[in-house]
Amino acid sequence: MPSPLPHRLGATFVAIGVAAATSAFALRIELPAETGTFKPGAGAELAQRQCVTCHSADYVSIQPPRKPLAFWKAEVEKMRKVYGAQIPDDQIEPIAQYLARAYGDGG
Amino acid sequence: MQRHHDPLRHSAPRRRALRAFCAAALAGTPVFRAFAAESVTLPFANGERPLARYPQKRPLIVVTQRPPQLETPFEVYNDGIVTPNDAFFVRYHLAGIPTDIDATTWRLSVKGRVQTPLSLSLADLKQMEAVEYYAVNQCSGNSRGFFEPRVAGGQIGNGAMGNAKWRGVPLRVVLARAGVLDDARQVKFDGLDVPAARGTPDFVKALDVDHAMDGEVLLAYAMNGEDLPFLNGYPVRLVVPGWYGTYWVKHLSEITVLEGVLNDFWMSTAYRIPDNACACVPPGTAPASTVPIGRFDVRSFVTSVRDGARVPAATPLALRGIAFDGGYGIREVAVSVDGGKTWRSAALARDYGKYSFREWQTSATLSPGEHRIMVRAVNSIGQSQPPEPLWNPAGYMRNVVETVRVRAA
Repeated sequence: MPSPLPHRLGATFVAIGVAAATSAFALRIELPAETGTFKPGAGAELAQRQCVTCHSADYVSIQPPRKPLAFWKAEVEKMRKVYGAQIPDDQIEPIAQYLARAYGDGG
Repeated sequence: MQRHHDPLRHSAPRRRALRAFCAAALAGTPVFRAFAAESVTLPFANGERPLARYPQKRPLIVVTQRPPQLETPFEVYNDGIVTPNDAFFVRYHLAGIPTDIDATTWRLSVKGRVQTPLSLSLADLKQMEAVEYYAVNQCSGNSRGFFEPRVAGGQIGNGAMGNAKWRGVPLRVVLARAGVLDDARQVKFDGLDVPAARGTPDFVKALDVDHAMDGEVLLAYAMNGEDLPFLNGYPVRLVVPGWYGTYWVKHLSEITVLEGVLNDFWMSTAYRIPDNACACVPPGTAPASTVPIGRFDVRSFVTSVRDGARVPAATPLALRGIAFDGGYGIREVAVSVDGGKTWRSAALARDYGKYSFREWQTSATLSPGEHRIMVRAVNSIGQSQPPEPLWNPAGYMRNVVETVRVRAA
């Protein structure tokens, strides 16, 4: 069984590393503000509206470069079918085309 | 091919960032500041990443901001076989991560096919029999960015792994207290993270009952002698030694014993590998059938020299690194300094247990010119590493023999 002392020390350490600690055991963290944005272009606002509900824009911008439209369309469809993103049918293609233009091989 | 950024190129800005951080702390301002200290470039296309300081963390490589996915800078692995808590990688799946946890009111419920459902406090857990051991946690997709052809997902270098000393209560002890019923088949684990969208499947994972009851799977509340860092699952996470991190559920809140097999998205669709001995398919193809990912394969790395480094010729060059596997234990590490033509056995340093990183050491005297240093490990049941990378569509389980190119002069 651990002694209580290391635990208190741990909490002190935590209080240094986080924004606020309301008690010896309650921890609150503040995450960095999001900095990434979608590249400008036709469809960027649509992507911004649909994608950032669930993830930051950098999840898109870090993807492998020069991937074709099929890659991006598969991703958008996966986000809807698998992850439950509420993307209307008629927005799938415009978002995929924007992503392929902005982050892929040009579509 | 393993290629790391040159750490020297970034050291000055890092020092400046640390000084700025310390100054802010001393001035009594809210300590955590979200500043990007600098950036690094991982050695694959589109590999530029910011470094940023997250709560309780030194500057780490930001894979994605939301959900937080942070990669350990590779040079950390040369500092010792224990990965410090403030350098340990972070990987979440869902955007709805907890940011405020009161460990005095936190409860772990144990329910389902048990005789006596339980609601345990952290103090309850800490009064139970504790065990402690070293174990590597590694993301299934560690090194995904090196896959060729490239695949979608978190584009990670080699920094989604870490080795820590975990302390906690064996899951078996808690399940025995609850009394697992005879018809139990799996145990599922849920944490406090929640989806951001209504349609997103909650992140819930399961282990077979025999695995859950093996006495090694741990309800861990301490890591390297301290409370778990918030972003590594405070106050309690599951530790499944030798198995990929997807099973190490963070901020654990609910354990449910099932009479069936969990068929949720995270078990039956995600985190699956080709159902064959190599967990691989020809690049660019889809597997005919898949199974849930399980144990780590064998990996080894050179940590003491970086790809592209200049090293002295005609004098012994100390070489060092790490090796690990899924829990059978590393039996041998071999090193080649001639691109794989000849191999020599490296000395294995202290054994911290079969689930831990194992440090290896050797030395080589290089002639002037270019050399390719390679490292290959074998575990106690004869598993090793492939000379060429294996491929699967999700980018899991990379374990090719790593190569570091150096120029001796």
